[in-house]
Order: sequence, then C-alpha cells, then structure tokens
Amino acid sequence: MNLSSGKEYISTASSSAGWKAGDAAAADQFPAGLRVLVVDDDPTCLMILEKMLRTCLYAVTKCSRAETALLMLRENKNGFDIVISDVHMPDMDGFKLLEHIGLEMDLPVIMMSADDGKHVVMKGVTHGACDYLIKPVRIEALKNIWQHVVRKRRNEWRDFEQSGSVEEGDRLLKQSDDADYSSSANEGNWKSSKRRKDDEDETDERDDTSTLKKPRVVWSVELHQQFVAAVNQLGIDKAVPKKILELMNVPGLTRENVASHLQKYRLYLRRLSGVSQHPSNLNSSFMSPQEAVFGPLSSLNGLDLQTLAATGQLPAQSLATLQAAGLGRSAGKPGIPMPFVDQRDIFSFENPKLRFGEGQQQHVNNNKQMNLLHGIPTTMEPKQLAGLHHTAQSMGNMNMQVASNGSQSSQNIPLLMQMAQPQARGQVINDSSLGHATRLLSPMGQPILSNGIAANVSTKTGIQENVRAPSYNPVLQTSSMLNFPMNHASELPGNSFPLGTTPGIPSLTPKVAFQEDVNSDSKGSVGFMPSYDIFNDLNQHKPQNWELQNIGMTFDASQHSNNLQGNHNHSQPVLVQQGFSSGQVNGQNKSATVVSKAIFSAGDSTGHANAQNGNQHLNSLLVDGTVRVKSETVADATPTNLYPDHFGQEDLMSALLKQQDVVAPAEHEFDFDGYSLDNIPE
Amino acid sequence: MEVGQMQRRLVDYTKTLFMEGFLDAQFLQLQQLQDESNPDFVVEVVSLFFDDSEKLLNDLSMALDQPNVDFKKVDAHVHQLKGSSSSIGAQRVKNACIAFRNFCEEQNIDATLRCLQQVKHEYYLVKNKLETLLRLEQQIVAAGGSIPTIEMGF
Repeated sequence: MNLSSGKEYISTASSSAGWKAGDAAAADQFPAGLRVLVVDDDPTCLMILEKMLRTCLYAVTKCSRAETALLMLRENKNGFDIVISDVHMPDMDGFKLLEHIGLEMDLPVIMMSADDGKHVVMKGVTHGACDYLIKPVRIEALKNIWQHVVRKRRNEWRDFEQSGSVEEGDRLLKQSDDADYSSSANEGNWKSSKRRKDDEDETDERDDTSTLKKPRVVWSVELHQQFVAAVNQLGIDKAVPKKILELMNVPGLTRENVASHLQKYRLYLRRLSGVSQHPSNLNSSFMSPQEAVFGPLSSLNGLDLQTLAATGQLPAQSLATLQAAGLGRSAGKPGIPMPFVDQRDIFSFENPKLRFGEGQQQHVNNNKQMNLLHGIPTTMEPKQLAGLHHTAQSMGNMNMQVASNGSQSSQNIPLLMQMAQPQARGQVINDSSLGHATRLLSPMGQPILSNGIAANVSTKTGIQENVRAPSYNPVLQTSSMLNFPMNHASELPGNSFPLGTTPGIPSLTPKVAFQEDVNSDSKGSVGFMPSYDIFNDLNQHKPQNWELQNIGMTFDASQHSNNLQGNHNHSQPVLVQQGFSSGQVNGQNKSATVVSKAIFSAGDSTGHANAQNGNQHLNSLLVDGTVRVKSETVADATPTNLYPDHFGQEDLMSALLKQQDVVAPAEHEFDFDGYSLDNIPE
Repeated sequence: MEVGQMQRRLVDYTKTLFMEGFLDAQFLQLQQLQDESNPDFVVEVVSLFFDDSEKLLNDLSMALDQPNVDFKKVDAHVHQLKGSSSSIGAQRVKNACIAFRNFCEEQNIDATLRCLQQVKHEYYLVKNKLETLLRLEQQIVAAGGSIPTIEMGF
C-alpha cells in the first residue's frame, strides 16, 4: 500500500486512498469509493466490518443473508467491485455463494471466518476466493482488499490489450492459473496498455488498473461456444490461450480474455470431474453468471460444454457435428432427421444461441457453433450421441412439446407446435428417443436439452405428455434458475445470452447438468424447457438464453429452481431455439440441430428471429428427422470443418445476429422454414 | 470528579481489563474506529454484541437441553459466538468458545455443558466490565471531556 502518498484523511484508511487522491483523474480516488458488499450473518461482525470498510473510504453495502446478497448482485451486476463473505452462514454456504458470484458476476470474493483450519482455507482457494481473512478481521487487512479488484482488472485489461502474443498468452495462461499476474512481463504489457488508457501518467500500476475500466469481454453463448469448440479442438490439456484465440478468431478478443476465461473453464472442468454425479452443478454454477459478465457466463456455458466434452468423452466429431448441426447448416431443410439433430441441436443450440446472443460474434458463427457443439457433445458419450439422434428428434418433439406445454410459456407453445407438427412425421423420436433423450440428458448436462427435446418430441406423438412432464420440470427449474442470471442477462438482448450467459450451447449444458441433478427425467425437460422458452422468448433476447443457461446452472442450486421457473420460460425457449436454429442452419442435416439452435436462439432474444426460423426449422427438422442428416454430416464435420463449411453456421450466426432485426434473416439461414416464429408468441 | 481524573480512571480500568485478558487488541481497533462522525460506535457495537450473544447462549442452552443433542447445531452456535466475541475483543469469551468447540467435536455432553457454563460465566463477566467501561466513557463525555486513546503495547 502506498502509505506515503496523497493526503491522509484518516490515518488508517487514507493511506491507501490517499495515494491517488492528489492526482486522481476524473475524481477517481481509487481505492476510495471501492464498492464492497459484505455478507455475514453475525450482526456484530457485520457492523464492525462495515465501519472498518467505511473508514477505508470504501462504499460499503452490508447484508446478512447470502440470498439477499445474490439478489443484490444480480440486480445490479456492475454495482459492486468486490464481495466479502463469511464462510458459515445459515441460509447458504459461503463457498456456494462464492461460486455463484464467481460464475455469474465474476467479482473478486474474499472469504472470512473465525475458522482458520487449513482445510477451510483450502476450500476457499479451490472455490476461487481471491483471499481468505481470519476473524477477527483487522482494519489493516481490509485496507488492502482493493488489490484484488485491481489485479482482476489488470488481468482483464491485459487480455484485452494483448491479443495474440503467444508468449504472453502462455505466460498469461500460466499466470492466470496461478491467479498471480505479477510477473514483470505482464506488468510491462499491462503498464503500457494502461498508460495508454489511463490519462494519468501513473507509473503506479495500482493507479492504472484501478482507473482503467476496460471493457469487459462478455462471454456470450456464442463466444463461449466458440471457445469451447476451440478448446475441444485443441484438447483441453493442450489448449493454450493463444491457440484458442486463433481458432476462435474473434476480433477484439485478446489472449488475456481467453486466458482468464480458460482458467475459469478449467476450474469448472475440474469441478465437474470432481463432481461426477452432478455435472449440472457445475453447469449451474457456470450458467449462473449472467451474461453481463463476460467470463462467467460464457465460461460457464462453454465450460459446461467443455467439461462435458472433456468429461463426456464425446468424440470431437460428434461434437463437431453437433456443433455443425447446431450451427446451422443453413440448409435448414426440414427434412433433417430430428433425432440426430437433437443432439446436435443441443449443441448447436448453444452455438447458435451464442451467436444470436452475441451479435458480435458474427464472425464466429460457424466457429462458435462448432465450438458449441464441441462443448456439448463432449459430455455426451458416443452412445449417447446415438441416443442424441433420437433425442434430437425428440428434441424436435420436445420443442414441440414445449410449445404445447403452453403452461411453460404460451409463446413457446406456438413454436413448439410448429415444431411438433413437422414432428409428427418425425415421430422417430417418440418414446425410444425419449428414452434416449432422457438418458442422454441425464448423464450429460447437455443431453438434457436433447432429452428435453427428445422427450418433447416423443410426446408429440403422445409421449409428449410423458416426456414433457419430466423434462419440463427440470427445465422449468432450470429456467427459474436461469432466470436468475437472466435478470442480469436481460440486458443482453441480442446475445443469445451466453450459455448462461453463453449463448446457446453453454446454456444447454448447464441445463443439462442441471437437469440431471434434478432428476433424470426432469433432466430432459430441463433441456427442453430452454427451447421452450426460446420460442416464446424469441424476442426476448438474451435473457432468455440466459435463462436457459441459468437454468442449467441454477438447477444446481435447487434453491434457484423457483426462480428458474419464472425465467425458465424465457431461457428455455432460447435454448431450444438455439438448438433448433442451429439445426436449421446446418441445413437439413442439421435441421435438427439447427432447429434446436433456432429454438435456442429463439428463446434468446437474439434468437427470436432465429428462433422463429429455427422453430420452423425445427419443425421441419423434426419432421424430416433432420437429426439423421446431421449425424451424417457430422462425419464430415470435423471440428474445423464444422464450422463454416458444412453448416450454415454463418448463416445461423447471422441469423442469430440478425434475429433482432427480423426473422427473415434467420430464415434463410437457419432454415427456419419449419418454424414460424411468428407463431411463437413472444 | 473532574474530567482528568475520570479519564485517568478510565485508562487504568481499561488497562486492567487488557491485562486480565478480558479484552484484547481487537477492542482497541474498535475504539480507533470511533470518531466524530460515529461517536457512539463502540457503544453500538457492544450492545449489538450483547444482544446477539445472549440470544446465542439461549440457543445453546436449549440445544444442549435436548434429549438428543445436535452437536452440529451446537457447534455452529459456538462458532458464531466465537466469531463475534473475537470481533469485539472479548478474549476470554473467545477462548472459552474454542474449548467449547473442541468438546463439541468429541460430542461429550457433560463436558459441553460445563463449557456452556464457562462461556456464560465469561460472558457475564466481560459484559459487566464493558458496561462499567462504557459508563465511565459516558461520564467523561458528559463532563465535556474526550475519551483518551489507550496506548497499549500490543
């Protein structure tokens, strides 16, 4: 801390605040004014902490319940710079809160407790806390908490500033893993970029980082999908930021962005593997981050996918295919067998969804989609993939189902209906698919979507009901969960909303996982729901997607399920749409996927246009068993190929991107013929 | 008694509390947090501590009174009390809580009951001391004096 500089308001607090006081640019007297949220159920401690933080010249908000804290954070995504939370709280475990915050808002979180046991502190580390304070907390310890904010911003900034430097990327990656960006190299880069950005000619890094308000990279679903696809392509172990960045080929994205996102993703994967039972948990957590936060959301989704991919050992190809399918072969031939598409769609969903959500992702379309697919399929076992096919079909049905569910969301229903119709033909999905779907979904976070879809699909024929029920539930739940994030995400209209934030796929996955937890059957619905929402919320934009994602994510936090319900609708459709749309994009083959994508995106505001298209596509896809087609295409669609070549990912992408404008673009891209988005009551 | 005298009394009394282990450096931190903008900070926090602790002690008594004692719950309460007492600087209460938690782990009913008594005893002691101290401060302020800063060699 710079104790010597600046004015000294208060002996203890001013030192940190004062160093910059003198030359604070734009009245930025960092760290004074640092917005801290402190959560502790002990009123005595809370009061003392608040007073201490105020003395440090921070803008303090205190909260005695974790739920309330989360609500506050979600309502005001950018309202806080750092969170301090107690470990032991009656309503929610502090670590769980930590995870949520990290995923949804990507804020630095400091844990504190009277418990200084090594394992507890270690837990803080593994859950991503940036610091751990032992009670009683002394004011000196609080004076320095601004460093965590600066560090984080710095890293993000660096990511932003430096894109493509290999060495840096690797180094960054390494550093990000260590969460310690104090290497001189980084500093150098950081400094230079900072200087550029910072008006103040501060050599003090602190100043720079603190005053820098680098634009946060929002990891939309699409972006995340791209990310996931890239990582899958490279192999999770060999995925380095630089290469990922190259693969993703997203303009404006820096290696640092990728590096930090990768770090989160890795954490996510690690957790997934650690929690084999509940991948959804991970997903949930990932999903939760709202789009607003670049990393969290997308990372979640992407992560989920990735994780799934990583854990699911889904062949890259499948993933690719899925992605491709999802991405939407724009061919969008309704005839694409659904089943196959389902799977893909699910994945594709994510991709398209992402795309939808992220207008920016434009270029990424294909890639993204692909990525998404990658992300998604991974978790799916090969056989599951097969099941996916069924599921895909089911998905189509499911989507339809969703639509018919009406209960979920009136809007969705129409969409679904449309889908359902085409589906009638593609009853392939029916029960068997459903079974698959559900199966698929259950195990994999992702499959859930398909399951949902599949379930729905089948239901169409009558199974729907059955399927629906289970699937919906989860879905609903997810949606509620998603809603959580959605709230935040709502801002992202265009973005298909990254899975949770990550558009498309990511959300799917989380949801899937989520569902799994919920119940195997439900799982399906969970996934399904998203699509459901998509349809409904085509216009809704991101929040929907987001919801979907959230759903997955939140699902984990059963507590959120309620929330999800509400949001679910939104998110659901989005997801679904995405999947569909993607399917459509891919064209017939992928129709299923496209459809899902479409659905997915549909839900997602961005997807509305797409959704519609997607839905339509979906319908057509469903009908034709686009899924099948997809599978075939999958073969071709290697991760790399998946992208633009085979599938109209670009179309899908653009569709996604354009959703906002109109359905039309989506149409041709996603082959949303089948869907009449119009029908989808948005 | 004139202000200077009262202030000296306060200082001596406070030092005694520190030396006897009733209070620790954390209490000094609290005192340092008090300023013109928040002249009653210490009083407020201490009152909060009293209310919260009494509630916790009641909960503890009830929990230990059950036929089937839920030690996890007991431990959670003690943990909370430990946290708040350490934040206030009530050292002896905190230490009693630490011992209490150890026995909770062992799920020793008798020992934990004894610990509860010990914690209660320490709590009432420190409560008494703090009330006296705060009263002294009040008197000084009422007489127009300022509360002297305790310089302790912690």
